[in-house]
Order: sequence, then C-alpha cells, then structure tokens
Amino acid sequence: MKIAQASPAPDLASPGARAGLVSSPAPGDGVPHHDLPLHRDPRHLLGLEGLGRAEILALLDAAETCRARLRAGGMPFDDLRGVTVLLGFFEDSTRTRVSFELAARHLGATVTTLTTAGSAISKGESLYDTVQNVRAMGVDLVVVRHMASGAPYFLARHLDVGVINAGDGRHEHPTQGLLDLMTLRDAWQGRFEGRRLALVGDIAHSRVARSALFGLRALGASVTIVGPRTLLPAGVEGLGCTLAATVEEAMEGADAVMALRLQRERMDGGLLPSLGEFARVWGLTPERVRLMNRDAVVLHPGPMNRGVEVTAEVADSERSVILDQVQNGVALRCAVLARCAAARPVRGFGRSAGRPGGEAA
Amino acid sequence: MRPITLIRNARHWRTGERVDLGFREGLIVEDPGTREAGSVIEAGGLLVAPGLVDLHAHLREPGDSVKETIATGTRAAAAGGFTSVCCMPNTQPVLDAAVQVEWVRERAAAVGYCRVHPIGAVTMGQNGEQLAPAMALRNAGAVALSDDGRPVVKAAIMRRALEYARHAGLPIVCHEEDPTLKGEGVMNEGFMATRLGLRGSPNVAESVMVRRDVELAALTGGRVHLAHLSCAESLEALRDAKRRGLAVTGETCPHYWTLTDAAVGEYDTNARMNPPLRSAADRDAIIAALADGTLDCCATDHAPHTADEKRAPFDQAPDGIVGLETALALTLTYLVKPGHLTLQRALELWTDGPRRIFGLRPVRLEPGDPADLVLIDPDAGWTVDPERFHSKGRNTPFAGWRLTGRALATVCGGRLTHVDPAVHVARARRDAAAAPSTG
Repeated sequence: MKIAQASPAPDLASPGARAGLVSSPAPGDGVPHHDLPLHRDPRHLLGLEGLGRAEILALLDAAETCRARLRAGGMPFDDLRGVTVLLGFFEDSTRTRVSFELAARHLGATVTTLTTAGSAISKGESLYDTVQNVRAMGVDLVVVRHMASGAPYFLARHLDVGVINAGDGRHEHPTQGLLDLMTLRDAWQGRFEGRRLALVGDIAHSRVARSALFGLRALGASVTIVGPRTLLPAGVEGLGCTLAATVEEAMEGADAVMALRLQRERMDGGLLPSLGEFARVWGLTPERVRLMNRDAVVLHPGPMNRGVEVTAEVADSERSVILDQVQNGVALRCAVLARCAAARPVRGFGRSAGRPGGEAA
Repeated sequence: MRPITLIRNARHWRTGERVDLGFREGLIVEDPGTREAGSVIEAGGLLVAPGLVDLHAHLREPGDSVKETIATGTRAAAAGGFTSVCCMPNTQPVLDAAVQVEWVRERAAAVGYCRVHPIGAVTMGQNGEQLAPAMALRNAGAVALSDDGRPVVKAAIMRRALEYARHAGLPIVCHEEDPTLKGEGVMNEGFMATRLGLRGSPNVAESVMVRRDVELAALTGGRVHLAHLSCAESLEALRDAKRRGLAVTGETCPHYWTLTDAAVGEYDTNARMNPPLRSAADRDAIIAALADGTLDCCATDHAPHTADEKRAPFDQAPDGIVGLETALALTLTYLVKPGHLTLQRALELWTDGPRRIFGLRPVRLEPGDPADLVLIDPDAGWTVDPERFHSKGRNTPFAGWRLTGRALATVCGGRLTHVDPAVHVARARRDAAAAPSTG
C-alpha cells in the first residue's frame, strides 16, 4: 500500500521553490455551484428540477396505485403508521394544505399543522429556531409552504428530516407539477414525447410554471410560454422552453394549455395596465382553445379568476381537466409522502426505516 | 505590536532587488543599521510592498459590535496585509458629526491594528435629505463622504453635496443603485434568479445612477468615486467619464472578478451581497477594466454579519461578505496568476491607487515614508478556513477555496501588526553600551 508523502515544510528562504505546487483554480473551483446536492437526496422533494425521467414516472405510477386504493376505500391505511408529519404552512393555502393533510391521514400518519398565525413565527422567532424546536419534538417529515423562495432548502440544510416543498415563493411547487403531469398523462394516453404544453400568463411569479416546465422537459414534452413581457422573467428561455409572441401562436397545435393564476396585486406594481386588457390579450377563450389539437386539454392550478385567465365557458367545458387536477392531488401527495418516508433515516425508539412506506409504489 | 527596527533580505515589489529596510519612530530611515531596541525580521526573500489600503470596509463600530469591532476588524486587516482601512459611516449612530468621526479615530488609536480613516456621511443619518457638515467632518479626520449602504436617491441632493464637498476637498463615494429599478431584488436579474425564483436586480439599477453621477460631476466639478462597481455598463460609463476628463474614479471588489451569480447555488446566503454577483460577461468586463486602467483601485466592501443573521432564507438574509483576509490572495490567484495583471499593477490597485484617490500619505518604501508595509509570499498556497479568521464575521463564499499568495508579516507605523509563525523575527541584540536609556 502506498501512502502519499506529506509535502515538506515550506522553505521561506526560497518562496519561488514552491511555485507551481498549487494549481490555479478556475473561478468557482472548489465550490460545485451547479450541483444540487439537496435536490438529489431522496428523503426530500424540493423541486422537479434535476429529477430524472425514471424517478418522475415511478412517482406517477405510485400515485396511480394510490388513486386506485383510495377509490376502493378502506382508509386509513397503515403505510405511514408511526410516522409524524408536520404541515408547516407559513403562507396562506387551502387546497394544498387540505390535500396534504388528507393524504397523510389516509396513509395512517400522525399529522400536525403549524400555520403562521398564532405560531411562534408571528412572535418574532426565526425560522431557524422554529425548525430546531420542531426537530426536538421528533417529526419525521416536514411539508413546508413558505413565501420565501428556497425556504425548503433552508429547512433541508438545517434539519435531519425529510422536507417536502409545498410551494416556495416564486420558485417551485413540485407536488402541483407532478399532479399536472399525472393529469396530462391521463389526457395524453401515457405518452409525453412529442407533446407540447402552452403556458400562458404570469410566468415571473409562478412556482407552478417552473415545476411544470422542469417536469415536462424531463419526460420529453416541450413547453411554449407566452405572456406580457412584464411578467416574463429574465433569461427564462434558459429553463428550456420557447417563447411565443402571441397567445394564438403559443396555442396553435398545442396538446394542452395551462393558464397561470394572475394576482390582482400585479396591477399595483406597474406590471399590467388592467385585468380587462389581460383578459382580452391573453385570456383563454373558446376561439383560442379551438386552435389547439383535437384532444388538447385546459389546465389551471387554481384558484381561478373566472373571466380573466379563463372564460367561464372554457373553464366549464369538456376540455377542462381542472377538477381532475384537484382529485389527483391527494393520490399524488400520498405517493410523495410514502417515497420520502421510505427514504428517511432510522429515528427514535423502535422505529424502523423499513416500514412499508414505499409499498404504495 | 512590538516595534520593528529592521527588515533584512526582502525583495522590492517593483525592482525585485534585495533590500534591507530600517525604521525609526514609525518612518523608514536612510541607514538600516540602527542600534535601537527592537526586532529584526528575516524576510528570506519575501516580497516587500507598501501596506495595502482598503477604501471600503464596514467596521460596524459604533453600534454593531456583535458583527465586528474596530479591534477585530483592524486585526483582520493586518492579517490581510492592510495598514490602512477607510471605514464606512453606516454605523449606529451614523458618522455624520465631528464627534462620531473623532470617536472612531480615538478608538482605533487605542485598540486598532492599522490606521483607520473614517468616511463621513453625505447626509444626516444617511437619510438622503439634509447635508452633513462636510467641513467639520473633514476637520475631524474624515477622508471622504459617503452614504454607502444606500444611494443618495435625489439627484438634486447629490448635486448640492458634490458642490459643497468641494469646500472640504473630499471625494464623495457613491453607492450606485436606483431603488425603483432594484425593487425587491435580492440577486442579479438573469437566468439564475429566474431558475431559483428569486427577485432580480438588473445591471441598469447600478449603471443609470453611475451615469447620473458622472453628469453631476461634470456639472459641479465635484469628485466622484464609484464604489463597488459590478457590471459592464457601469464600466462603460466610467470610461466615458475619463474620456471627458472628469474627476471620476472607480473601484471593484474581489468577489466581482472571481464569482458569478451561479455561486448562489442552492440559496447560499454567503453569495448574497449588494451589488449582487453578476454574469460571466460582467466578470470578464471587470477583469478587462482592471487590466486597461479604467478601474482605479480595488476595495473589499468587508461587511461582517453574524452567523445567525446569515442563517436565514435567502431573501431574508442581510447583504455582504467579509473580505479583508482573502483580498490579497484572490488578487494574486485570479488576476496575477492567470496573467491578467502583472504583480506590480495588481499591488498598485491596493496601494498607490487608493492612496491617491483619498489623498493619503504616499508610501514608496523610501526614507521619510511611513513604515507601513507588508511582506508577501506570492506563491504560498493555503486553504480558506473562516474559523481561523480574525474578523468576527465568518460570512464568506470562499470557504474551502485553495488560494495562492499571502501576507506573512505586516508592519504599520514601524510596529509589527501581524506575523505568520513561519516568519523569523529576532529580538535585536541589545548592545548595552550603545542602547539608549529610554525607548
């Protein structure tokens, strides 16, 4: 066995003698900036960026199995018996929180909810101290919704528990992205290759847009985006989508369209003249929907401003799969909880990492 | 901080010649063969250069001694090879009155490890409304005026400040940032911000203010020094100003020639600073502007924060990184080693350049000059370990980086303010017959 020799002590008398011992690093060397180490840890689901095709399809398969089991009834199951799930919702949410809570209860987990109002956070406690306390209480999985982009990464870095991102700022909303993929897989008879989704509206502020984009790209579908230039973030093409000039151009021949929710606050920041103008130029009307392929569907992550992003006629049409999205949400979140629970390390007394958390798959 | 009487066997930073330097009463003297009590440094061929100057540091005192103190900040400066630090007035209270400036100078004289030149505020409380007393601030020892940490938003106030500062003969150090264009931006606007879902601040948030202040320099004849320039557009504006012969100078910081916004990675708050890390094209433009002389000097923008403050979600963390203890090595590793700058030019950016801009006493290593100098091993390899910093701040994006070049000993006013254990310092042999009875 060879052991590398330690280099000799520096000889100050001849500084030049040591020249060349240290190779010149390129800027950025030593810190792998493009790595996503937290992303790749299977205990967490922080975003869809970086997830591979096989990983995503496995989750979708698991979600379909869950959907069948939920339809057959007999809840609660005991997949997550003994697993404690904390729902940390530091930003208002109804459907995502309820959906996660139902999913966790259906699988037999112990569920507790922490919301901003009335919590220590509103008394000035830092997020770091809050999560330290939560960890001390022996939580296995944290589902987090936060207004700060990257907050789930912060938790994943400072807690040794699984972290599931339930929407962070304007970054990602991976479970929404997965349930959109699940809905599209049904609509597209299981085939993503060669399909195209048009994403319409406020891309800049949309976490749903980013997750949908990363997910569809991984599965081989393409994405066209369109919206007011004031609501398109800089360098968005770098995410792997194409930009269309008009909503008609984006929807022509598309296999699905997703209208993104438009926050009314956008008017105040000088980003948009009026809701009416947005509806006229970028709203989904029956005429525009007819530009898409024959079997194309309409998605909306909700909550919807009827008459703004989507006309009532389109929302209620047979093309709309908006309620399918909501229904798939519970099953999909069951699959995600099970996956992250199965990957978690052994904790506490007599708890086994080998609980049949992954059996849903 | 023992007095040094002699440095033997150093290599002159400009000529490369072997030199011995003798000191008496804080000055370099003609005859190195002094017999006064003191210590002798055996330089063993190390490079000797004038002590480095940082035009832009946040020493945090008074008011934020949990982040840094004058003692710890100047100790960090000495370890980085600096003998002079100009400290920004965004303290609590703000350095907007003579008494505050005097307090900083007295405190530094009592506990400091280098010369501290305070920078006074442009406006009272840095509120951007009412002019601070430039004459009183100068008479108390301020070397420049700045509202750094925030811009002087109103053009009319900046105009009046530049006009009035002419009486004091002081430059105004401009933190260039249009708050409406920056909005709530927390990093550079571009693909990385879009990918991470963080709000971006565009290059023009900086460069439109640079353009404004160049025009105001032309109007008023006042001296504008542009702080921490980060992007190509600002450098173009600085070039234009110089072409027109205006009294405009500019600085940049090591992180702008070493890093891009990709360093934010997975929301690393140690890659959060203001102005933010920019694109690779901007980084290259910074290096080019250092090489072609557009930029007049470097500065650290040393901005210590506590670990608690930085341990927060990205958009809630404070801006800034520490820089005093990595500046020299980042200069040698990323500007000199790849051949962008000669060693001499690189060191000028930290020595003659800043001294000229703020009118500090020149240090040419000649008799009569202040005994402010640094011994550098330009080839020493070392790894950045924030736990070993003298600064209270550990907030650096360079932790774990392998760098080349280091200050091994620093002498300020003839006193040894920093020395690496590897450097041999001999107590001078005290000749009983010749030794003076008092020091």
